[in-house]
Amino acid sequence: MEIGGSEGLLPVEEILSRYRNDREKLIPILQQVQEKLGYLPLAAMERIARAVRVPAVEVYGLATFYNQFRLNPPGDHQIKICMGTACYMVGGQIALDSFERRLQIGEDETTPDRRFSLERVACVGCCTLAPVVVINERVEGKVTPTRVDGILLELGLEGLPEQKNSASEEGGKTP
Amino acid sequence: MSAVTEIGLTYAGLRRQAEEKATRLKAQAVIRIGSATCGLAAGAAAVKEAFEREISKRRLPVKVLETGCLGHCHAEPLVIISRPGFPGIAYGFVDEDLVELLVKNFLEGDDPCYEYALAALDPNDVFPTFEDFPRGVYEKKIISGESGIIDPKEIEQYLAGGGYGALAEVLARPPQEVIREIKGANLRGRGGAGFPAGVKWELCDRQEERERFIICNGDEGDPGAFMDRSLLESNPHLCIEGMIIGAYAIQARQGYIYIRAEYPLAIERVNVALNQAREKGLLGESILNSGFSFDLEVFQGSGAFVCGESSALVRSMEGERGVPRHRPPRLTESGFRGKPTLLNNVKTFCYVPPIIRHGKDWFKGMGTASSPGTALFSLVGKVAHTGLVEVPMGTTLRELVFEVGGGIPDGKQFKAVQIGGPSGGCLPESALDIPIDYDSLHEAGAIMGSGGLVVMDDDDCMVAVARYFLEFTQQESCGQCTFCRLGTRHMLDLLTAICQGKGDLKSLDTLKDLAEDIKAGSLCGLGKTAPNPVLTTLRYFREEYVAHIREGICPAKMCPDLIVYYIEPEKCSKLCNVCVGSCPVDAIYTREDGLKAIDQKKCVKCDNCLKTCPPQYQAVIKLSPPEKLAELEGKK
Repeated sequence: MEIGGSEGLLPVEEILSRYRNDREKLIPILQQVQEKLGYLPLAAMERIARAVRVPAVEVYGLATFYNQFRLNPPGDHQIKICMGTACYMVGGQIALDSFERRLQIGEDETTPDRRFSLERVACVGCCTLAPVVVINERVEGKVTPTRVDGILLELGLEGLPEQKNSASEEGGKTP
Repeated sequence: MSAVTEIGLTYAGLRRQAEEKATRLKAQAVIRIGSATCGLAAGAAAVKEAFEREISKRRLPVKVLETGCLGHCHAEPLVIISRPGFPGIAYGFVDEDLVELLVKNFLEGDDPCYEYALAALDPNDVFPTFEDFPRGVYEKKIISGESGIIDPKEIEQYLAGGGYGALAEVLARPPQEVIREIKGANLRGRGGAGFPAGVKWELCDRQEERERFIICNGDEGDPGAFMDRSLLESNPHLCIEGMIIGAYAIQARQGYIYIRAEYPLAIERVNVALNQAREKGLLGESILNSGFSFDLEVFQGSGAFVCGESSALVRSMEGERGVPRHRPPRLTESGFRGKPTLLNNVKTFCYVPPIIRHGKDWFKGMGTASSPGTALFSLVGKVAHTGLVEVPMGTTLRELVFEVGGGIPDGKQFKAVQIGGPSGGCLPESALDIPIDYDSLHEAGAIMGSGGLVVMDDDDCMVAVARYFLEFTQQESCGQCTFCRLGTRHMLDLLTAICQGKGDLKSLDTLKDLAEDIKAGSLCGLGKTAPNPVLTTLRYFREEYVAHIREGICPAKMCPDLIVYYIEPEKCSKLCNVCVGSCPVDAIYTREDGLKAIDQKKCVKCDNCLKTCPPQYQAVIKLSPPEKLAELEGKK
């Protein structure tokens, strides 16, 4: 659901007045709005642009220039895959692939039921625990594909999108 | 009373209070839990809860502190237990069972459980200290010494160790003397480029405009580097003190600590530290009753690598897109809001208080003639003891990787060390004897960078590494300069093709040409250094590129398109089913003879079967080129 009505933008008004519509404070304003609303709805960006007296494209330009900002609502559980050097070398891509496969979405996407969203982030600075995944601000170290299943299970996602072959417990079937 | 004595008295009062508190703390048993981001990720919070549970169960008078990072990240979660009558002892790999054991045996009883100890912190007759291990012999901690020991959320613990003493000393002297001291110490900027900090301070001070700003660059964007995060999380006051001294030197009244959004804990702890400093009169109006007023606030970065570049950083603080501009004018002439601005890295500011306290000659006594002092590295990748290490400049890469880092684990061979992040390069075995300083590394084609050091072994493909960095810089290019925007894209396409076995030898020359053009045609450091990872791997590991192109082989067996997974029937066991269960896509099946095999059409090359195959079998292997599979299967 797109936040658009004047009611949904109340937090934006509050944030704008706290920063006294200061153009220089555009980035903190956008950060606060995103923290409150989870993302930057178009209506909020337009409202901010009017308040600080810049063309809306300026605000949109900022929101798309910086990696931190998102233009779509996040999932209830935000999954961020670290793609720092150390993580990449020991399987960050594999972890990302595993999440994509399990959730059946790509990076920067949210599952249709809005429960999970997936994104890649630059180094979170926990290189000694590589590969690292950040689940709702909590850092998880040494994430293998098996651990990916475990993490999703903890978050309440049971079973695979494709039903796993029940015979696999006895060693699988010859195709 | 003169201003000078007043400053001294005010500081002495603060210090006395802090010392009294520290003495009381020393008289009781204290558990310090390494709770920087890395420690927390390894489970420090659960360890803390377990300690608190056990302690309250047994009603023991023990204090539990959340400290920062001691630097021995490989052994996280890490705790230090200090008890009167015993040396402080550090324990690594702490889990709930060990917590119970330690509380029962050491805090209730008198057995420090040395068999679980990593090292002692204070010299004693019973157990070796960190200094007794090879790593300790090479390490020299100037700015990371208190990390992991003091509680970052308690300003008094920093004060008790002499913290803010350098500030008190400086405030009693004219600002120009401070600049002379830093210039005399030849402190070079630790952000990567190595520009002398004292010269920068002087340039800023020479401006006619009196309104000046000071900014600390904590936008640590290099993947593989976390020194700034660790310092800000473990000992934020050190950086803050350095900044106040810098502000006094150039007479700035307002400063900012720019910290990237990916470091929420660092932001939180710095904010706590700033509030405490304000309460103690160390920030704000008339600091320590000196008449000098200065305040600091945190600016949260928004996740753009290019904002590590100083002019881009300032633009983002002004609410603009972080696009670098031409320099000159330097920031020292026209920076934040067009005013003279002093911008230094977190580490650079952290070196300031110790230099003031011990003098420039003490600082110059360490390191090399052109690069004095120490360097703080995050040592990660395929090395036994990953962590944060501080060694004198001039230490060789070999010493750093093999002595301090404990060498390559699992009996693998060293292949390269990546230094300087996306702007740096991959150096091979033959370059290991280079002493670490700004100039020597530059000659070898790498850069000192901010201090990220990633060690690589046989399993790491140099072409894939180069591609990884190009993908990073290509995504992070701000798009202003054509060569950077389009050139990196073109290089990335060529590298991707090589990784897929679709490249040709001519593309190696194209890569080189593009690299030169991008270097020449880009405005800022991002573009000027973006080709370095490709150039160094081409220079030192050309044969790997050729193997990809000519034979379709990835020698490190890392590039997914050039490998297949294979289960060796000779090694596989009928009694084991581990790989079957571990495969996320049901690609592994049981053959009629009971052994396992992989359905290549289904395999997604996730490496899980190879990881889970029990060590007594090790039946899963990778083959490159994929055609080898037909050969092996045809044999039977």
